[in-house]
Amino acid sequence: MDGVTQLQRQFVEHATSLYREGYLDDQFTQLQKLQDETNPDFVVEVVTLFFEDSEKLLNNLATALQQESVDYKQVDAYVHQFKGSSSSIGAQRVKNVCVVFRNYCDEKNLDGCVVCLQQAKNEYLLVRNKLEALFNLEQQILQAGGSVPMIV
Amino acid sequence: MSLNCKISGLNGRLLTRSKMKKPLRGSNSGWRLKRLLLFVWVVLVAIGFGLSLFSGVFRNKMEIIGTCEDNNSLVLLQQFNVSKDLLHELASSFFNSDQITTLKCTKQLGNEMPTKHEVSCSLKMSDHAQNVETWGQCPVHDDKAHMVHSSSIHGDLAREHNDILKVCMWVVFVIVLCSLFPCLWMNRKGRMKENERTQSRSAGKWMKKLLVVFVLVGVTLSIWLFWYLNEGIQLGRKETLASMCDERARMLQDQFNVSMNHVHALSILVSTFYHGKQPPAIDQKTFGEYTEQTSFERPLTSGVAYALRVHHYEREKFEKEHGWTIKKMETEDQDQTLAQDCDPENLDPSPIHDEYAPVILSQETVSHIVSIDMMSGKEDRENILRARASGKGVLTSPFKLLKSNHLGVVLTFAVYNTHLLQDATPEQRIKATVGYLGASYDVPSLVEKLLHQLASKQTIIVNVYDTTNISAAIRMYGPDEIDTGLVKINSLDFGDPARKHEMHCRFKQRPSLPWTAILASGGVIVITFLLGHIFHAAINRIEEVERDYRKMMELKRRAEAADIAKSQFLAMVSHEIRTPMNGVLGMLQMLMDTTLDTKQLDFAQTAHASGKILIKLINEVLDQAKIESERLELEAVPFMLHTVLDDVLSSFATESQEKGIELAVYVSNQLPEVVIGDPVRFKKIITNLVANSLKFTHDRGHIFASVHLADEVTRENDMKDEILRKILNGSKSSLACDTLSGLPVVDRKKSWENFEKLSGKDSTNEAEKIKILVTVEDTGVGIPINAQSRIFMPFMQADSSPSRIYGGTGIGLSISKRLVGLMDGEIGFVSEPGIGSTFSFTAVFMKKEIYSLDTESHQYHPATSEFRGLQALVIDPKDIRAGVTRYHLQRLGISVEVTSGFDSAQTYLSESDTSGFEMILVDQEVWDTERGLAFLRGLKSSSKLFLLANSVKPTIQEEIKSANLVATFVEKPLRLSVLISCFQETLRIGNNRVVARRKQSNLGSLLRDKRILVVDDNIVNRRVAEGALKKYGAIVTCVDSGKAALERLKPPHSFHACFMDLQMPEMDGFEATRQIRELESVVNVQIKSDEASIETYGKVSHWHTPILAMTADVIQATDEECIKCGMDGFVSKPFEEEQLYSAAARFFESG
Repeated sequence: MDGVTQLQRQFVEHATSLYREGYLDDQFTQLQKLQDETNPDFVVEVVTLFFEDSEKLLNNLATALQQESVDYKQVDAYVHQFKGSSSSIGAQRVKNVCVVFRNYCDEKNLDGCVVCLQQAKNEYLLVRNKLEALFNLEQQILQAGGSVPMIV
Repeated sequence: MSLNCKISGLNGRLLTRSKMKKPLRGSNSGWRLKRLLLFVWVVLVAIGFGLSLFSGVFRNKMEIIGTCEDNNSLVLLQQFNVSKDLLHELASSFFNSDQITTLKCTKQLGNEMPTKHEVSCSLKMSDHAQNVETWGQCPVHDDKAHMVHSSSIHGDLAREHNDILKVCMWVVFVIVLCSLFPCLWMNRKGRMKENERTQSRSAGKWMKKLLVVFVLVGVTLSIWLFWYLNEGIQLGRKETLASMCDERARMLQDQFNVSMNHVHALSILVSTFYHGKQPPAIDQKTFGEYTEQTSFERPLTSGVAYALRVHHYEREKFEKEHGWTIKKMETEDQDQTLAQDCDPENLDPSPIHDEYAPVILSQETVSHIVSIDMMSGKEDRENILRARASGKGVLTSPFKLLKSNHLGVVLTFAVYNTHLLQDATPEQRIKATVGYLGASYDVPSLVEKLLHQLASKQTIIVNVYDTTNISAAIRMYGPDEIDTGLVKINSLDFGDPARKHEMHCRFKQRPSLPWTAILASGGVIVITFLLGHIFHAAINRIEEVERDYRKMMELKRRAEAADIAKSQFLAMVSHEIRTPMNGVLGMLQMLMDTTLDTKQLDFAQTAHASGKILIKLINEVLDQAKIESERLELEAVPFMLHTVLDDVLSSFATESQEKGIELAVYVSNQLPEVVIGDPVRFKKIITNLVANSLKFTHDRGHIFASVHLADEVTRENDMKDEILRKILNGSKSSLACDTLSGLPVVDRKKSWENFEKLSGKDSTNEAEKIKILVTVEDTGVGIPINAQSRIFMPFMQADSSPSRIYGGTGIGLSISKRLVGLMDGEIGFVSEPGIGSTFSFTAVFMKKEIYSLDTESHQYHPATSEFRGLQALVIDPKDIRAGVTRYHLQRLGISVEVTSGFDSAQTYLSESDTSGFEMILVDQEVWDTERGLAFLRGLKSSSKLFLLANSVKPTIQEEIKSANLVATFVEKPLRLSVLISCFQETLRIGNNRVVARRKQSNLGSLLRDKRILVVDDNIVNRRVAEGALKKYGAIVTCVDSGKAALERLKPPHSFHACFMDLQMPEMDGFEATRQIRELESVVNVQIKSDEASIETYGKVSHWHTPILAMTADVIQATDEECIKCGMDGFVSKPFEEEQLYSAAARFFESG
């Protein structure tokens, strides 16, 4: 049981740190609330979708920005997508980067866009790592027979 | 005259009034007053001048008439006296001579028919007397005629005076008209001043022309007046002269005639008594005495003499009889008949003629001419011849009298021995002639004497001429002629038709300048020019004022335009700045997340904080600009006062916790939960006030925002709200402990003392309106007294020195004041340095219908019902704080007991309990480790302990933990959401499922088994939406594009609703919705017209699938667009349960 408690504490600490450091916001909590008996893997499923979608989008963006003549409209559409999905799961920092990114898009500022893309990539990777860690912990807790504590 | 005065006075008043009516736009009232006074003065002077002038003229004329009348009466009197005297004298002299004659008669008894003579004599006498009388009557008639004449002159004058009055009236009328006209003109102009600005300029020119015309008319008038008056004066002069001359001529003539008559009488006397008696009854002695005594009757004669007609054959006899020879006059050419110093003895005897006329009887004064033959003088001879032929008095031409060296004339009457008929021929007359009576007249002394009797002899010069020979008139009297202008010539009739005499009268002096006329016309000219000047000045002034007015209007317009431009610029710039600022902030945020050392992090954080402040400032400036440009319009949407207050609290929670300040809100239970108004602005005001309070409150004390009905606070005696009563009483007694934190506060009543309509019956009494009073009380540093007056001015701060401690723009309160103004409210404050400040404001909202309240509260607080019926015990020694806690708990439907400490709580528990309190709330302030722990241990398991604290002291936490007890910490400030989550957390163990189910029953009941289509190109979003909707039991289908949605929603289909993302590639949400609606309408038309059976379309008679937009950024424009393209509403992404519920409820409940 100690192990479970340990894991639980670790989980809570990790989760709270995610909130505290701004990786995640309320939306993630909302997402968690949507998960219940009828839909036990909802969060993981959604987040996984997000990962897949994000990687695709990041690739698209990278390609788009390497073009001779950058189609900012297209780029904007991608960023909009990215922003939408990131805000849906509550990846706050990714979303923030996307906001800035879109501003650069509006200005057709290639340098800014490239920098933003880099940052978005970084943020995405960061949040992905963090979330994966969180899911791992959750998995471990569940395997250990404990319940996943609620984070408020 | 008095009438005229009145009229002119009236005119004057009229003028003055009309003058005053004149709308002078010039602010220079002194100028106006001066001008008015000047004008009144001029009018008065003009009237006074005119009156005095005309009365003067009139008086002159009257005087002239008066003198004429006086003269006439004088003449009349004189003449009458003269005739009376004459009669008397005649009678007496005849009486004397009669006696003598009688004596003589008795001596000569032998004489025949003495009585006969007597009788004839008396007859003659009576005849003469009659003659005299009838003659005497003549002048009387004449005078009557004169009287008539003078009265007619009087009448003329009166008429003339009337004319002058009329002229005067006309002048006044013209002046009135001239002065009224500008007034009228100006009135007219005032009526249409705006749209005829250009016309007014031309009208000004026109007015100037009018002014010139007026001046010209005035000058002409004055010239005419001068001419008229001068004419009058000339005429008057002429008439005066004429009347004087006439009078003199007549008098002269009369006097002469009187003398002549007397001489005539004398001749008859001689004929009667000298020739009629034998021997003659008159001798030289008698004649001399008589003539001497009656010389007053002939005031103009120097002497009379009688010459007998002697034929040559009688000469010797005659000479013998008298004892002297007939002598001829000394020289032929010298006509000095009456020269006294010539001795008749020295004269030669007269040469032989047919007949002679030697003087036999003479007055003493001319006794030297006795024996001189009058026929020997040329003049005398002619005279004699003419006299005896005509039987009338005959005059010589004037010649120098010897003695007096004056000019004189000699009057000769013939004496006949028989009584001749009136129509006797000259031959008969010559034949009957027996002698000649001559009288010499001294004309100069005659005239002199006459003139002395008359008035104003100094003013005129009189000349008398003999004009028998017109080419060589002989001057008989008067100085040499000097030309002094006017001459009046009167012909004189001295009874001798062969001789003509004239009298020339003239004034001694040339006429003086006609001063009255000059003054009058000068006055009119002066008045004209004064009026002209005044009007000119007025016109100029008007023009000037109009020009200034136009200039000012232009400036005003420009200033307003500049103001608008400023506001627009501010609004625009603020907006433009915000976008890049967001970028800056985002980048800074990201920068902070990268690996930075402490210093760099500090820099980045400072930059970030500064940026945030800048954004806030910009937002505020934007607000201010919006309010100033009056573009800010308040919304009118239903909202909950409690929620707004809770929101405010949330936003300041962290700060207040950090500062250690108690922050609390309280809403009176008298208020409705929901009102209609602008929640955002309302919140903004409270936020500003709370932020302000928070800024100036350090480390201790509290900030307490409370909301009451405005009516509540004024009802002193009947305060239903306990907290309010306590607050007001607390501040009244100024006891420290009665406030929220125990620190003293200012008397909040004073903050709304100055409100004009706090309990205004006008608006709040209207059934649908409600006026609320919000008070924010703090225990901060307070506002310095000297700064309190400018606290609501924008960009003003209590301490505006550069080295001030507190940041901020100072725009918050200004905005608040304006917002409060927009909400029909007032704002006020009371502050005492060192104690704190209290701000109060009122706002008017609309009441919301009561029936919808329940659903609303459910909608917003689905959790409230969870805790309904629970019981709670609050342990707090401070009434107000406990009251606030109670307020929050009661909102959740929890019944609350308050006790002041653990001991009393203990008794409370033991006394009351069978069911017990589900929750016990303890303020951290009363926490006493030992007692608290003991109390905690004694609690039943059903009771949960909550510790209320700003920030939980770790020691307490430790203590409780170490005691192996459970207590939940509730962080202040208390607000519904915090309480709910805490309670849920704590109480879930028992009723988690219930809560979950209940939750489901809310949305789930709406969405259960509903087929919902989610359209989103973003897979993650799609999945989230799906998850969320599935959670409420909906059957969700997902598509990833607008086209796919179109496919799915083509009737017939089985979807109950559609959630559509707006921004999608290829076909966005708007377009998709539009097309779906088109499809639906086509189908609907078909169904209606029975082209397609209802069965084909799933037995639905009218197709309208509810489509809700899903959007990340909720802005007004999007909302409107949503409605425009046929959507039914929108939900923000990511889903919020409450919003989703409210959006879905709209069409699922109704449908």
